[in-house]
Amino acid sequence: MRQEDLTMNKNGFEPLILGFACNWCTYAGADLAGTSRIQYPPNIRVIRVMCSGRVDPTFILKAFARGVDGVLIGGCHPGDCHYIEGNHKARRRIELLRNMLGDFGIEPERLRLEWVSASEGARFAEVVADFTKTIKEMGPLKTGAQIAVEVAK
Amino acid sequence: MTQKPKLALYWAASCGGCEIAVVRLYAKILDVADFFDIVLWPCIMDFKYKDVEALPDKSIDLCLFNGAIRNSEQEYMAHMLRDKSKALVAFGTCAYTGGIPGLANVANRETIFQRVYDETPSTVNAEGTRPQLSYQVPEGELTLPEFYDSVRTLAQVVPVEYFVPGCPPVKEQVEGVIQAVVEGKLPAPGSVVGASDKTVCDDCTRIKEDKRIRSVYRPYEIVPDASRCLLEQGIICAGPATRGGCGAPCTSVNMPCRGCYGPPPNVVDQGAKLLSAVASIIDIQDPAEFERVTQAIPDLLGTCYLFGLPASLLYRVRHQREAWHAGETVEPAKAL
Repeated sequence: MRQEDLTMNKNGFEPLILGFACNWCTYAGADLAGTSRIQYPPNIRVIRVMCSGRVDPTFILKAFARGVDGVLIGGCHPGDCHYIEGNHKARRRIELLRNMLGDFGIEPERLRLEWVSASEGARFAEVVADFTKTIKEMGPLKTGAQIAVEVAK
Repeated sequence: MTQKPKLALYWAASCGGCEIAVVRLYAKILDVADFFDIVLWPCIMDFKYKDVEALPDKSIDLCLFNGAIRNSEQEYMAHMLRDKSKALVAFGTCAYTGGIPGLANVANRETIFQRVYDETPSTVNAEGTRPQLSYQVPEGELTLPEFYDSVRTLAQVVPVEYFVPGCPPVKEQVEGVIQAVVEGKLPAPGSVVGASDKTVCDDCTRIKEDKRIRSVYRPYEIVPDASRCLLEQGIICAGPATRGGCGAPCTSVNMPCRGCYGPPPNVVDQGAKLLSAVASIIDIQDPAEFERVTQAIPDLLGTCYLFGLPASLLYRVRHQREAWHAGETVEPAKAL
């Protein structure tokens, strides 16, 4: 995570969004968006995981703790999971975690789960654009990473 | 004649159960008193802070500190005992991860005061009296410790050598820890002692099969089968996300583990792991039905972080921010 990502630039607040994309669907969809030259906001940093079910809630909490403004998880559509039910497990974990985030003072809208298949490059771009817009409107999360930056100065 | 090693016990924000855990050594407590020179143990005997303050630095060989840090007196004692002790031990869950008092971190000082001094049904407080740090009476000045906005673990306040988890630590483990101290066989500083490196499930003797549940129950709602895994019967049990070593006394009497021994080794956030485990085993694919079932969990945050809210990932960050705003030196957010 680069520190300058966290500062305001001339266009105002630029959120830092962490994306977890499943190897079989969403990552391929993101790849298709790229090869098709579809434009989408550069705020997302994508981490490829083998399955959305691989995303441990610890990863998400740690991302928020480090100052990420939003977390997007992309998996295969229900029924399409390469590992049969990994995406169902992801959906259950994310839903429970969203229920809990509010108690920690983090808006549940900062965590989103979307199904994007390998052929849905355009949809990947739309999802990222929409999520970036939502987070921009919500403003910065302001947790750990800001102090890391301030302490470093 | 050689001097006996010095032992101190102190309690901060805790219920006193950890003190009882030490007294529960029964006759062996006499051996402890024989081997050590007890310099501070306010729960059991009358000691004065000023006598401890008068001791040279690093003169106490072992300090068992139980309880979280929630007010200025506790913070002062943590710093003082840190200076005076060679080995400072976070003894019990409150000192280790925050414990039950740590649940107060869902609120802050003002909301807690409102509740306690205004809203509780048994309270009559028309004048809106609140605790004050000092008050002048004819006989002189009366003072109270300052109540902080949040609860911190001992290690969030001062450096700590060892951690003994448990609410309270079980008798056998306390014995083991004291034995290790007596024999000088303690592991490297920073270690969790008096616990195993596996989870509570490893201690639990219940039969564990396929974990797939379709509804969630609270312990009073059903009579569980005494031989089968409680999670498989729909009771939320923190066993898979909790460090073992306790011998699973709770599950042996049909009560689920609530997570008092803290996270297992290499787990950063106990609550996240428990949430993950529970979400995985609820075998429901329809989102609406899943939501209905999880509504049966009355307090998700309280269930996942019953004993560890101050040590959780997101609260650790909050403490760093508070320290930073208070002008204290804080280390930049470490790679977790």
